[in-house]
Amino acid sequence: MDKTEQRILMGNEAIGRGLVEEGCTLAAAYPGTPASEILSSVVAFSKETGTALHAEWSVNEKVACETALANSMAGRRSAVAMKQVGLNVAADPFTRAAYLGVKGGFILIAADDPGPQSSQTEQDSRLFGLFAKAPVFDPSSPREAREMVTEAFALSEKYEIPVILRPTTRVCHARQNVSCHTPSPRQQKANFEKNPGRWVATPQFLTGLHRLLNEKLDRIAGEPAFAPMLFAGDRSRPRTCIVASGVSFAHARELLDNLGTEGKIDLYQVRLAYPLHQPFIEEIRGRYEKVLVLEETDSVIEMQFADGGISGRNSGDVPRQGELTPDVIEEIFRKFLGLPAVSLAPAAKKGIRPSLCAGCGHRAAFYAIRETFPAGIFPSDIGCYTLGMNFGAVDTCHCMGACISQGAGFYHAYAAAGADFPTIVVTIGDSTFFHAGIPGLINAVIQGARFIVVILDNATTAMTGHQPTPQIGIRADGSAGRKVFISDLVRACGVRHLREIDPYDVEAFTAALKEADGFIRSPEGNIAVLIAGHPCIVNRAARRAQAVFAMSIMDDCIGCRACIEKFECPAILFDTEENRAGIDQDRCIGCGVCVHVCPAGAIRAEGEKP
Amino acid sequence: MKQQIVVSGIGGQGVLFATRILAEAAIEKGMEVLTSETHGMAMRGGTVISHVKVGPFTSPLIRSGQADIGLFLHAGNLEVHRGFLKPQGLIYINREKNGDGEAIDATSLAREQGTPVIANLVLLGFAVRQGGLFCDAATVEAVLRRISPAGKLETNLAGFRLAGC
Repeated sequence: MDKTEQRILMGNEAIGRGLVEEGCTLAAAYPGTPASEILSSVVAFSKETGTALHAEWSVNEKVACETALANSMAGRRSAVAMKQVGLNVAADPFTRAAYLGVKGGFILIAADDPGPQSSQTEQDSRLFGLFAKAPVFDPSSPREAREMVTEAFALSEKYEIPVILRPTTRVCHARQNVSCHTPSPRQQKANFEKNPGRWVATPQFLTGLHRLLNEKLDRIAGEPAFAPMLFAGDRSRPRTCIVASGVSFAHARELLDNLGTEGKIDLYQVRLAYPLHQPFIEEIRGRYEKVLVLEETDSVIEMQFADGGISGRNSGDVPRQGELTPDVIEEIFRKFLGLPAVSLAPAAKKGIRPSLCAGCGHRAAFYAIRETFPAGIFPSDIGCYTLGMNFGAVDTCHCMGACISQGAGFYHAYAAAGADFPTIVVTIGDSTFFHAGIPGLINAVIQGARFIVVILDNATTAMTGHQPTPQIGIRADGSAGRKVFISDLVRACGVRHLREIDPYDVEAFTAALKEADGFIRSPEGNIAVLIAGHPCIVNRAARRAQAVFAMSIMDDCIGCRACIEKFECPAILFDTEENRAGIDQDRCIGCGVCVHVCPAGAIRAEGEKP
Repeated sequence: MKQQIVVSGIGGQGVLFATRILAEAAIEKGMEVLTSETHGMAMRGGTVISHVKVGPFTSPLIRSGQADIGLFLHAGNLEVHRGFLKPQGLIYINREKNGDGEAIDATSLAREQGTPVIANLVLLGFAVRQGGLFCDAATVEAVLRRISPAGKLETNLAGFRLAGC
């Protein structure tokens, strides 16, 4: 029996709920802000409703996409979720998927991050829709994101085409009341129909498949269901309209009300950003002289009008970078509508920058690395540990897995110049190593590079919310899987110098770094790997299992600030009036690592707290 | 009824949980609600802010100068996020002395209870009892009973009741 209830859901939860309700049978993802909660919601809602499906945290987005595509080829509804840069990783399987098409409904959820709030680019995944020739839904709220899951599966199956659902941070991490239904049962027997001309598609088949794809897109562009929705004005500004999509539409609708212009200006909401409804393009050209387009983060709708005369990014009326916040849109509106401008005072102060948690094992490792190799080069990667940049232990951060290849590139740069090479210490997290670090490590070994790789193994994907990694042997639904050990992988990549040390033991870790430096500089030297294993202290069980010291700073403190600048523990505060450091007992977890940091020996660790 | 609220703090103080309680309280009262949260790297001790909009809104974000109420879990954030508030907006702030806004030393009160992590609930309880928020104490307590993780309900209720009961 269908039971409907209102629940307050985060956009990502609404999408996860939609996937379960709509009979998705396989959902795969790799965590990344702002998309991380989608897969965990699929797991939670499938358990809650007793709906059988396979959900997995895949090792990376390419793997996730390929796995889900095959499930779709077997005729079953499938979804894959990732952050926008994850689609760069999954680009290879995804672009070909549009040509070959799908069988069971296939949704690729790529969550964009205008601003960016927590990403390395502001890229607009809708452009991937144009590039890969896949339709793109652009939701403006959690509720709409939920509804679009239904539409996207239907569209995908009607045209046998992969569909992108592109929420942005402000949809993913907004919460709203959403109607939840009982999942409707759906017969989806696995049935892979062999068709080499399609699923193997050698180049001779591709022109035909491409023609078919173009025809599908033409038909989708003519579907009345995807005509942008008009919120009509009173004709007091008859030749003016605003076209908006995504959360920019939500901001625009509310702002027009606040500015007293609601009901005066025609406002259109574009829900399917690509392909843009063809009759709509003609209507806009015919009916309006002044057209403002608001969309994030690039000019996807604006580009499809393709005849200029549109106020948008290309005309300079909309900023070409950064988030379209309500304040930014207000300024655009005032200019576009000829309303008096207002000026906003900037915030009196900037916020506090994030920092590794008090007691984080990464801090101990970074401290030892930087103290041991003051002239070293430190490529790093994506995760909590990027925050090592706060104390000079991270020099680069590019994209998932890049640090190992960068380590090799830096080595070749110095070695080829004939100079003595600096010690290069690469830091990479456990999850990132599984995701994209392994090919770089194999390559560095075979190419004879000489540097140190420190795998910061905290036994989780910490920054995105503690998703399990393969060495833990736990799957997304909590069931047990076979553990895949980092040390086995490292050896299999051809590495001959491997040590595993807890970085809390600063002296042992420092000794291991020096030994590794000796190895890379020896005649037989190559890559040295240290696995710096210490569980993430956000994990309560791990934290309970470790010793807790009562920390204090003695009167011997000379006010040199070494503990602040070289260690940056949030539990060590500096009193500028007294010119001395102190412990914030609310935040200190008593790890005791900071005793190594004080040159005056003023930090004391006593016994173990009860 | 329309109300716009910012909840400001630093990662780890429980801004997200306070946000969720307010959103659930709106549902409890049968009202529409939209929130927007900070996730990702900033949660590691950096400045974070949530927006809560109760009533018929479409945008999840609050414009500058439009918030009715600000809950400041970290006093230093007042200068960072004050711009979101209306000139007559109500400020409830976690700090010792009265300055700008209504102050309560939620951190010390929570620490005296042996649970410094519930300063968020102490401040929320204080703000609710001052009467400016859309919801009353009974509504919030009903929410806490519903969403508190197993074994945390009594601590949460105690925190919520610590100020002004």
